[in-house]
Amino acid sequence: MKNSGYYSQFGGAFIPEILVPTFDELETAYLEAKDDPKFWQEYLELMSTYSCRATPITRLDNLTEQLGGASIYVKREDLNHTGAHKANNVMGQGLLTKRMGKTRVIAETGAGQHGVATATMAAKFGFDCTIYMGAHDVARQRPNVFWMEQMGAEVIAVTEGSQTLKDAINEAFRDWVTNMDNTHYALGTACGPHPFPEMVSWFQSVIGTEAREQMLERTGKLPNKVYACVGGGSNAMGIFSGFMDDTEVELVGVEAGGRGRGTGEHAARLAYDDATIGVAQGYKTFFLQNRDGQMQDTHSVSAGLDYVGVSPILSHLHETTRVRFEAATDDDVVAAMQRTVRHEGLIPALESSHAFAQAYAEAPKMSKDETILINMSGRADKDIFTVADAIDDPKWREFIIDKAKSYQVGENQ
Amino acid sequence: MSHYPTKLEASIKAAREKKDLLLMTHIVLGYPNFDDSLRVVEDMVEAGVDLMELQIPFSEPMADGPVILKANSEALKAGATVEKSFEVAERITQEFDIPFLFMTYYNILFCAGVNEFVERCERIGIQGCIVPDLPPAEGQDYLDAMEKHKLAPVHIFTPNTPEPRMRFLNDNSAGFIYSVARKGVTGKNTAFSQETSDYLATCKASTDLPLAVGFGVKSKADVDFLRGKADIAVVGSETIRVMEAQGVAGVKPFIKTLVA
Repeated sequence: MKNSGYYSQFGGAFIPEILVPTFDELETAYLEAKDDPKFWQEYLELMSTYSCRATPITRLDNLTEQLGGASIYVKREDLNHTGAHKANNVMGQGLLTKRMGKTRVIAETGAGQHGVATATMAAKFGFDCTIYMGAHDVARQRPNVFWMEQMGAEVIAVTEGSQTLKDAINEAFRDWVTNMDNTHYALGTACGPHPFPEMVSWFQSVIGTEAREQMLERTGKLPNKVYACVGGGSNAMGIFSGFMDDTEVELVGVEAGGRGRGTGEHAARLAYDDATIGVAQGYKTFFLQNRDGQMQDTHSVSAGLDYVGVSPILSHLHETTRVRFEAATDDDVVAAMQRTVRHEGLIPALESSHAFAQAYAEAPKMSKDETILINMSGRADKDIFTVADAIDDPKWREFIIDKAKSYQVGENQ
Repeated sequence: MSHYPTKLEASIKAAREKKDLLLMTHIVLGYPNFDDSLRVVEDMVEAGVDLMELQIPFSEPMADGPVILKANSEALKAGATVEKSFEVAERITQEFDIPFLFMTYYNILFCAGVNEFVERCERIGIQGCIVPDLPPAEGQDYLDAMEKHKLAPVHIFTPNTPEPRMRFLNDNSAGFIYSVARKGVTGKNTAFSQETSDYLATCKASTDLPLAVGFGVKSKADVDFLRGKADIAVVGSETIRVMEAQGVAGVKPFIKTLVA
């Protein structure tokens, strides 16, 4: 094993000895793929024929006018197959899995988007597939679980710990240490041991590469600010990477503020002061943990941002101040989502709505000749139950009650 | 490769003069509570255990299977802290005359401060540490601190570990080498076979330290299988299982069946 994968003091590979050869194999396969122009060509071909690349950018005409400041553009990752940027990473890792000759993939999932994307990839490539999902998340994301199972994946509800994303990651690792010979762990975000943060960011860089060109083409200049929500950080790494060297472009990562600063019920690792540096899940970064180093419970209205750690690359970019980190509260997020739906007809996922909330707060303070770009990392179909609850929609409630009744009397097969 | 001398290696070698196979057990400190931890240690020592791993609970025990995982989270729920773990470990090392090691995950050391953690281990009479998520390449500070205090950093051999890597791990270890009998996490069954024997022969040839074997060792037959192939048999999850099924009182008779 090479002692690599550090971004200043963050990153590394803190892995059980049994996985050392597996990580060596993965790193070798990744570096070879990266050096092979045919691999990236195959990847782009796959993404343009199976998913929806290049995804467009959309100008929010109505909200730009309403907010009266910067021109607002949105990168439409919601138009990927399976409805989120997760497909970019998963399809890339699928090609890599084939290259390594493995026949089974496993993955963790929070909101279920990465699980659905992995199940899709497994169905397409003919891999066996097991998805680990916190029991708490299984309960709030049933529609995604339904599709994963339809696609032939086994979904295992993880009842350990806080029953969310971090616990699903631990379980996936426990599977991997047993089955590494035929199994690839398609980690869903730019976290975990090296080379995952770098590799996932590489696959997601397709977002930023496209977006930069598209903004230049559409507006004749680079955006002043780029916004992305940050859970593990893969969609943010993806869009930011396109503008990393354009130092005049401000990069803004928006974390889950949950019930707000000082409540202890949030998942803001970098924007608030509650997180400290630690080592868990195989890598070193800022974690929401107590003084002993025990991970704390996190909270967010969006399952996909509800995570104790954050990409080591983003921790590094936080320290160098290249990326500014903010947090949006649950209430602001739901409001921003409703506003986007009502006035633009776009349906951003609750995760992505964090980026929208922060952008809407800052756009009015900017001048009309400035532009901003929001990464719409996914769409909200999966969130329909959560959102309907959050806005307390009476007709939805009635629908569910009627639906439940019809199941109870067996009218519906 | 010569290793710096440790009390742990010396006492293992001295004990091996009298016995052909030593027995090491594992408990999670604070599970189900610290009083029971003390009682279990007492019973284990009386039943003839030769050395023990004391696990400081961690919220993300990635390398542990269901039994130890649950013990970790229950201990934390019951209020276990690193401070209390050290306090109880100190009482244990003072009362019982066998070597004790800490087993825990790297974040516990990292948050305590690696030097402070290791220094305190020495002060309270802990003789070595097993940190399963800290490969030598990430753990130079830890290795330096352990050497400075003449404590044993124990590393792990696995069936996937190539021989050159085994020699590298051996060079970075002291005390003994912990070899896992199979892939996977703690607490699942292991089929002890000819393949296991061949693997253990490779392990033995790759280290000049005593060899411990664990993962799936849970009966007298498993322990007997290891006789002549290893220096130490490690029984981990099974004693916790016995404690859960029969209470603390069940542990001593169980250990006695292993060493009978």
